[in-house]
Amino acid sequence: MLDPRKTEKIMFTLFGLATAIVILPVIIICAFIFIQGLPGISLQFLLDIPRHGMKGGGIAPAIVGTIYLTLATAVFSIPLGVFAAVYLTEYAGEHFLKRLIEISIVNLAGVPSIVFGLFGLGLFVIFLGFGPSILAGALTLAVMTIPVIITASREALTSVPKTYREVSLSLGATKWQTIRHIVLPNAAPGIITGAILGLSRAAGETAPILFTVAAFYLPYFPNSVFDQAMVLPYHIYVLATQVPGVSPKIQYGTVLVLVGLILIMNFSAAYLRAKFRKRKTW
Amino acid sequence: MKEYFEWLIENLILICGVISIVFVILIFIFLLKEGSGIFSHTSLTGFIFGKDWYPISDPPKFGILPLILGSFIVTLGAIIIAVPLGIASAVFLSEVVPRGIGDILKAIIELLAAIPSIVLGFIGIVILSPIIKNIFNLPTGLTALAGSVMLAFMALPTIVSIIEDAINSVPKSYREASYAMGATKWQTIRRVILPAASSGILAAIMLGIGRVIGETMAVLMITGNAAIIPTSFLQPVRTMTATIAAEMGEVIRGDAHYQALFGIGIVLFIITFLINLVSDLFLHKKRGKA
Amino acid sequence: MVTLTNPKSETLNSKQNIKIKTNNLKIWYGSHQVMHGVSIDVYENEILAAIGPANSGKTSFLKCINRLNDLIPRSKVEGEILLDDKNIYKLSVSSLRKRVGMVFALPLPLPLTIFDNVAYGPRMHGIKEKKKLSEIVESSLRSSSLWDEVKDRLNSQAMKLSGGQQQRLCIARTLAVEPEVILYDEPCSGLDPISTLKVEETMRELKSRYTQILVTNNVKQAARVSERTAFFLMGELIELEETAQLFTAPKDKRTDDYISGRFG
Repeated sequence: MLDPRKTEKIMFTLFGLATAIVILPVIIICAFIFIQGLPGISLQFLLDIPRHGMKGGGIAPAIVGTIYLTLATAVFSIPLGVFAAVYLTEYAGEHFLKRLIEISIVNLAGVPSIVFGLFGLGLFVIFLGFGPSILAGALTLAVMTIPVIITASREALTSVPKTYREVSLSLGATKWQTIRHIVLPNAAPGIITGAILGLSRAAGETAPILFTVAAFYLPYFPNSVFDQAMVLPYHIYVLATQVPGVSPKIQYGTVLVLVGLILIMNFSAAYLRAKFRKRKTW
Repeated sequence: MKEYFEWLIENLILICGVISIVFVILIFIFLLKEGSGIFSHTSLTGFIFGKDWYPISDPPKFGILPLILGSFIVTLGAIIIAVPLGIASAVFLSEVVPRGIGDILKAIIELLAAIPSIVLGFIGIVILSPIIKNIFNLPTGLTALAGSVMLAFMALPTIVSIIEDAINSVPKSYREASYAMGATKWQTIRRVILPAASSGILAAIMLGIGRVIGETMAVLMITGNAAIIPTSFLQPVRTMTATIAAEMGEVIRGDAHYQALFGIGIVLFIITFLINLVSDLFLHKKRGKA
Repeated sequence: MVTLTNPKSETLNSKQNIKIKTNNLKIWYGSHQVMHGVSIDVYENEILAAIGPANSGKTSFLKCINRLNDLIPRSKVEGEILLDDKNIYKLSVSSLRKRVGMVFALPLPLPLTIFDNVAYGPRMHGIKEKKKLSEIVESSLRSSSLWDEVKDRLNSQAMKLSGGQQQRLCIARTLAVEPEVILYDEPCSGLDPISTLKVEETMRELKSRYTQILVTNNVKQAARVSERTAFFLMGELIELEETAQLFTAPKDKRTDDYISGRFG
């Protein structure tokens, strides 16, 4: 039997190694993407359409498509998600329905992204007749993002002190006025942070948009929500697997743009959270 | 007027409140609507236990056993890799390193969760699969193993953060009692903290499985896509998710192949539904105790 | 025909109108009954103090009057509460609470500016005009004797005021919706003696225009401020008398024990 101190030392070293195995690849991947991708980034790459069978030119339509799609997703998912959270925190009693909603949220969050793709194809593209379009893709991504937004908003709403609600109600404000003027403004930072994180995940998703919006090659910008669009994640897939002989510069450049976009969203969420945490005095 | 508006808005909020239930039901309905037709072509057992997936041969064969086993082997490999690493790093981050450093390391792990699966799939093709090819001296590195390694990484942020929560929710008094008896930190972790956090750890494993089994793009790109019943981690396999993603673009809407792909969707939906239900039970059990 | 009337109630009635009346009020939280049939008349423009030890039901009594106890899950009320002879459950909650304001135990400014705190209620009741709002804010702050201290910094955060100022701000905020009744739930429990005196002074100044009910743990405060005092114990009304009477010659032994500090 080993001395317990020695065992402890050995175990903690092993755990440290395990942590290194988890963390080092993340750093390596990020550095790799950055180093390999940077040479491909130029003004022309960001602003031009793809040329020469996507082996040249830029990726502007995919960037614009991703931004449109993400914004449209936000339009659908934020109001629905926030209102759903308001229902759960402010209205629902401790009854069966609340538990059922919670179970649904957990399950919705766990549905595979490709199944969302099938669902979007079945409901939005075919049944509702939107066809493959930004509208259908955004609705599909919105359904996928809603659990994230509900969870984050719930947390933010519960952190608003109960006494604020009591004060507002005691002054004769109605329940909705209280929510609208007191609860939501105070929960806003948390809600916004959660929404950005949810949307950043949506922006990087490929499977749900494969059959609902993504276009293989479309060298112009979409001009309505009923248009198909090129999007960055799918474009990466196409470049990596469908078009032989694409220069690594373009491939890595595209990857870097997507990762950069997502990291910007994540960092701004983290920044907002830190900023408001400091300001919050209660 | 004010009352009427209040009534209106309360009902609107109620509708949004139940929307998650509606979506779960709608997903199931539309998968059934588009996919159930396959069962008039192939029996349910023939579909699930059929050994051949030849959707475009004549006559086509829609047996998804190779795909189910493909998903299974990739998931199994990923969990074998991810769970020990996840437990070890969660313990390391919450119990061993000082909090400041732990927070930074945690942020890096969270960064991993933010990287889209398509990017990790791409990295898998250009970095991981050549490594595997060289180590094992294979004709191709695009194998179940490559998929497992990549998916283990994708599941790790979830696993680490849930296990950490579970560890942190172990009451302080447990630790103090253990230290008071002269136990070392490691003895305390092993004998007291990990057992007390066990239902959280189980939930983490279940949710990790749920995340891995549903992952699509990365496995599509790096597992080699051979729809054969897998016998080893070192051969190409094809998962259920990858099959849907790869073939849906080629099918004619409404034909048997199309229905079969939705049928796979139904199977996936049911599997993940059960997994999530069970892990939610574990999490609730944990909360109930605390 | 000779009509028999209770001579005592007649004299009181002729002296003052009944503003709030409870008949056999019973309150439950879940299966736990906290009030066992209390009947009280509160007269217009009086200050009624409610005293009693913890869990005597005095705060529950108070919260029922503007239905804030509705917020407590599984609470139940039986019996009648009348405001100007009308059952309060027949009024809309929002209009009831507009007429019956509440000042809480701790100063609870909303995370807004001083101005917006006071203007919050009027805004919720549909007043949008900036000039009108300014007038209301000024007159409310004057009534709660806070105007001179804050008139130059109406746009700074209310959280920055001292505890005593915050509590007077809360009173001003309650006044701004022009209630008829003001309920105080141990309003000075978090304040220092000087702030407490200022708040009490404010209450006395408001006496001519408002009916006020003061729940307090501080027996001396009840004696200083109120005209009549009600002593609650374990969910029952033990004694309700003119304050001077109750404190000098209590009829019930338990009242005597409480005010002389033998328990509570």
